[in-house]
Amino acid sequence: MMAWLGGVLLMLGLLFFLAGSFGVLRFPDVFSRLHAVTKADTLGLGFIVLGLGVLQQDWQRFLLMLLIWGLVMLSGTISCQLLGQYGRDQTRDHEESAE
Amino acid sequence: MSLVHWYLLIAAALWGIGCYGLIRGPELLRRIIALNLMGAAVFLVMVTLAARTEPADGVLHALVLTGLVVAVSATAFALALVARTLSEQA
Amino acid sequence: MSGDFWFDALLGVLLLVLALATIQARQLAAAVMLYVVFGLMLALAWARLGAADLALAEAAIGAGLTGALLFSALARQPKSITPPVRAGKMAPLAALMLCISMGTVLGWTLWQLPLQPAHSQLPAALEQLGSSGTEHLVTAVLLNFRAWDTLLELLVLLLALLGTRLVAAPEPAALQHWPLARQWSIRLLPLLVLVAFFVLWRGATAPGGAFQAGALLAAALVVLRLNGQLPMLSFGAWWVRALILAGVLAFLLAGLLSLWLNWQPEQAVQWLSWPLPLAKGLILLIELCATLAIGLTLTLLVVGERKELTA
Repeated sequence: MMAWLGGVLLMLGLLFFLAGSFGVLRFPDVFSRLHAVTKADTLGLGFIVLGLGVLQQDWQRFLLMLLIWGLVMLSGTISCQLLGQYGRDQTRDHEESAE
Repeated sequence: MSLVHWYLLIAAALWGIGCYGLIRGPELLRRIIALNLMGAAVFLVMVTLAARTEPADGVLHALVLTGLVVAVSATAFALALVARTLSEQA
Repeated sequence: MSGDFWFDALLGVLLLVLALATIQARQLAAAVMLYVVFGLMLALAWARLGAADLALAEAAIGAGLTGALLFSALARQPKSITPPVRAGKMAPLAALMLCISMGTVLGWTLWQLPLQPAHSQLPAALEQLGSSGTEHLVTAVLLNFRAWDTLLELLVLLLALLGTRLVAAPEPAALQHWPLARQWSIRLLPLLVLVAFFVLWRGATAPGGAFQAGALLAAALVVLRLNGQLPMLSFGAWWVRALILAGVLAFLLAGLLSLWLNWQPEQAVQWLSWPLPLAKGLILLIELCATLAIGLTLTLLVVGERKELTA
């Protein structure tokens, strides 16, 4: 029963990762791609961490995995913000030079 | 095909890819990356050979760890040389 | 087909695809990013093959620090360089044939290797593990059985640093500083220092050790320096020079000490063989100095100031 639940959570995480990757490939500009990749990847990782926690049932390891998820979330957020600023400066320079 | 054979073949292919990148370039930086790929292939061979025993052979792992750090040092020096070369050309 | 089979098959194919993409990527920045991803997948391969220390080291040094080095090299390239032209039609075909044939010969040779090793140093090493001063085999090999190799490796790091200073490559352009990045690096610093020393301490009993810890410290220092939060680490400062030399010096002093303690008249001297009661303490001391030295050396390799040594 626990194995089944863990498998389902892992599958959900995989689905979110796939969705994020599709977003990166299909969206037209930098900002929407960033949006897709950070949101979907963070949520996907969260589901994978939950699934692994359910499957292995050691609460200390689960807490460590949650800490890792928290760090990935934070660094993803920061990187996304910095990349977004860079992208905004790039598009602004582009528009200014096009005028 | 066992695990060992599979990873040995992957290492050989990786080495070939790195060699192709080294020959074709064209930028110097790309050649340095290709050299790193060849180094990674050699490490893969060593670690796969270490995985033949159970538990894995720690002696080979230690040698690969040394090799990893030496590869980073060599890459750093090579990159400094490339930067100086390009600034002299400019 | 078990799950293991699919995992290994996919990981192998992914490694090859990433390597090909790195070589063929049109923009250099894309090639560097793909190489960093390749490094992380390689760390996964190390973990799969049972090399946990290597997975840690590859993720920290191979993917992380090499990626930072490559990006900083990209930033240093002057914009006025005309991109080199690829050669004509025959050259790529010839190169492809050459590499395919060499790869095939290599693959065929490797296939001939036996699945059980004929000579392995593992049993002898495991036998002597108890008297080596640590419980973890890789640390014992690095700092006791093959201590000479590790000493020379620290020397190679030092030589690479001196070489980069002598070559005097130009500085990259000054970065603009984002307040968000600065806040993040300040929060990250204590965590990285804690994890680094934890990894160093655990190296005695579990995967870990001086190199991984040094790489983590270097990561913290590089991020701080790139954000402009660390004053220039100049070679003129005495403590910078002292820390860089600390690893090699600790090793040499420990070697001399054990030579003196082990010395018996009319017996061959053994370089770098730790006396039994001191082994644990010596290894810990050497690892601590090596961690600080490696951390600072790797930092200076990535973000050090390039001042030419004048006569």
